[in-house]
Amino acid sequence: MLEINNLHAKIEDKDILKGINLNVKAGEVHAIMGPNGSGKSTLASVIAGREDYEVSEGSILLNNEDLEELAPEERAHKGVFLSFQYPIEIPGVTVTNFIKTAINESRKANGLDELPAKEMLQKIREKAELLDIDRKFLSRSLNEGFSGGEKKRNEIFQMAMLEPKLSILDETDSGLDIDALKVVANGVNKLKSQDNAVVLITHYQRLLEYIVPDYVHVLHDGKIVKSGGKELALELEAKGYDWLK
Amino acid sequence: MELKEKLVASFLAFENKVSVDTDSNVHDIRSNAFDHFEQHGFPSKKDEEWKYTSLKSILKHDYNVFPEGESAIEFATVKKYFLHEIDSYKIVFIDGVYSSFLSETSHDGYDICLLSAALKQPKYKTVVDHFFNTIAAKKSSITSLNTAFSKEGAYIHIPKSTVVPKPIQIIHFSTGNEAELLLQPRNLIVVGENSHVQIIERHQSLSGNVVLTNSVTEIFANKNSIIDYYKIQNDEKSASLIDNTYVQQKQHSHVSVNTFSFGGNLTRNNLEFFQEGEYIDSTLNGISIIGDKQLVDNHTLVMHKHPNCESHELYKGIYFDKSTGVFNGKVIVEKEAQKTNAFQQNNNILIDDGATINAKPQLEIFADDVKCSHGCTIGQLDSDALFYMRSRGIPKKEANGLLLYAFANDALEKIKIPELKTRITKLIAKKLGVDLGFDL
Ligand SMILES: Nc1ncnc2c1ncn2[C@@H]1O[C@H](COP(=O)(O)OP(=O)(O)OP(=O)(O)O)[C@@H](O)[C@H]1O
Ligand SMILES: [Mg+2]
Repeated sequence: MLEINNLHAKIEDKDILKGINLNVKAGEVHAIMGPNGSGKSTLASVIAGREDYEVSEGSILLNNEDLEELAPEERAHKGVFLSFQYPIEIPGVTVTNFIKTAINESRKANGLDELPAKEMLQKIREKAELLDIDRKFLSRSLNEGFSGGEKKRNEIFQMAMLEPKLSILDETDSGLDIDALKVVANGVNKLKSQDNAVVLITHYQRLLEYIVPDYVHVLHDGKIVKSGGKELALELEAKGYDWLK
Repeated sequence: MELKEKLVASFLAFENKVSVDTDSNVHDIRSNAFDHFEQHGFPSKKDEEWKYTSLKSILKHDYNVFPEGESAIEFATVKKYFLHEIDSYKIVFIDGVYSSFLSETSHDGYDICLLSAALKQPKYKTVVDHFFNTIAAKKSSITSLNTAFSKEGAYIHIPKSTVVPKPIQIIHFSTGNEAELLLQPRNLIVVGENSHVQIIERHQSLSGNVVLTNSVTEIFANKNSIIDYYKIQNDEKSASLIDNTYVQQKQHSHVSVNTFSFGGNLTRNNLEFFQEGEYIDSTLNGISIIGDKQLVDNHTLVMHKHPNCESHELYKGIYFDKSTGVFNGKVIVEKEAQKTNAFQQNNNILIDDGATINAKPQLEIFADDVKCSHGCTIGQLDSDALFYMRSRGIPKKEANGLLLYAFANDALEKIKIPELKTRITKLIAKKLGVDLGFDL
């Protein structure tokens, strides 16, 4: 599904990603861990197509298609979804209107008609329920005044609505209380299938107890310095990152 | 001939023509105003209040200053400029001349008619003498110019305890029959105690010919009255507008003036509120969305003279291309005006490198127990927000539009006529070049 080869990226002449190789197959869950500032969010942004970063070397393939020339929205239309570490507040646009627009734009790009209003409502209701989101919430301005946890839950709600092929969840667990973490993890697991893949960026082993990864990678100074199975996360929890440097 | 000379030369002829109304004060008022204009001429950039807005390029035209030709237009061709979705009164002018065909006036319980009629007929004399030219600025030469040549415009007089059941639309069309046309409409609006009225005003050119409109409106809000005033400024690129609006409010009255500036070549709004009583609420809202080399200049003044009053001012501006915005918001709180709440907010987004905004809030507070706040921001579109929206599949153009719409939104919220709100929303969406994909 996702194939990253020797990816180098920089911003304002500062090298941040220094040769990343990653291969994520449909049906898999990968976790990426690593110290602050190691480049995890940068990697997520580069996959999603943020133009501020310059890809100086290497390639990102999604289902064998090179993403290099594609705008962020085009990547989204092809099934890439990024749950932001820090979701952005958009005053004046309600959650419902935002997600409706996003869904219909994707459908349009994929040659489909707009989702009929009734089906849209039905879907919104269903996914809000899955993530235990109060309907009143959906008529509020997107993320405006949402608590940290509410923002994260709302990101997963959007993911549920958009049904992406590749979901990158950047520290979705931070800011969530224990109950919310369970709800969100349960939501992610329900959405998981053999046709999609999830990349989890996290600092904590706790999330991985709920969403069990097939692989764990350690990112350090812009490179993946170690990969392993889910037990690697436990080892990191116990030993920290120093032994890998 | 310079425009000033031309106007000066034609004043006598003008006075002769309209001299039927000489038994009112109006003749003297015109003469005095004329003297003032003759002495001072048009404002130049040396004038502090006109520092960023040069009239030079629009004054160089050879304007016809007395359009005579009565021309008719089919309703169908101009329907779209009316808020035709709802029933309304209409006072319509074509090239400065009243069009009875397109209008729908009233003398039933209130007067919604023409200033020219009010100036001529004795039964209106008391109102005219009591209000006409009493609050229009005496020191503004551009207002004096209008006063000197004032003869036509809307006359609205609502007696006390009357709710006008439908909005009043004042529309000035220019047909392009004149190659270069100067229009000077003059509106007088008097609203009695406990009365309520909604007014929509629009200036619309129907051709690409040059038009300059120098409009003066005086609005009097009596005790407990409510006036909602909407100005739609979405004219052709060849049309310029200088709008001078003066509002006097008595105790417990609520007046809001909402200015939507999306078009035209040069648009200058002088909007002044004078509070003459306690517990008055004054609201000034504006949204400017312009591009090319357009200019919109909002000069506002709120005079707080008495205790326990409020003013709420919110102006938003979005500037594309090489357009220019000017905001000058003066709020004066006099010594007696204790417990004043005065809020002013001016937010601007510059989209393109060539766009500029000159913003100047001016608060002069002489009372000590007041709540005043003002904020002024100038920014670009938030690139994090843009990326966020695009990463969810919303294309750049739509994401831009949505963000800009969201930015302007709180000034839209104040529109109290739902059909008008829908119209303005659509105009904004069109202006921003987006199909927002859902009903706003
Ligand atoms: N726009 C930018 N300008 C300059 N430096 C940047 C920019 N964005 C990221 N960086 C730098 O790149 C490095 C990697 O940042 P990134 O956000 O990817 O780290 P991270 O692994 O996600 O960290 P954390 O665990 O704290 O979220 C950091 O040193 C950061 O300061
Ligand atoms: Mg990060």
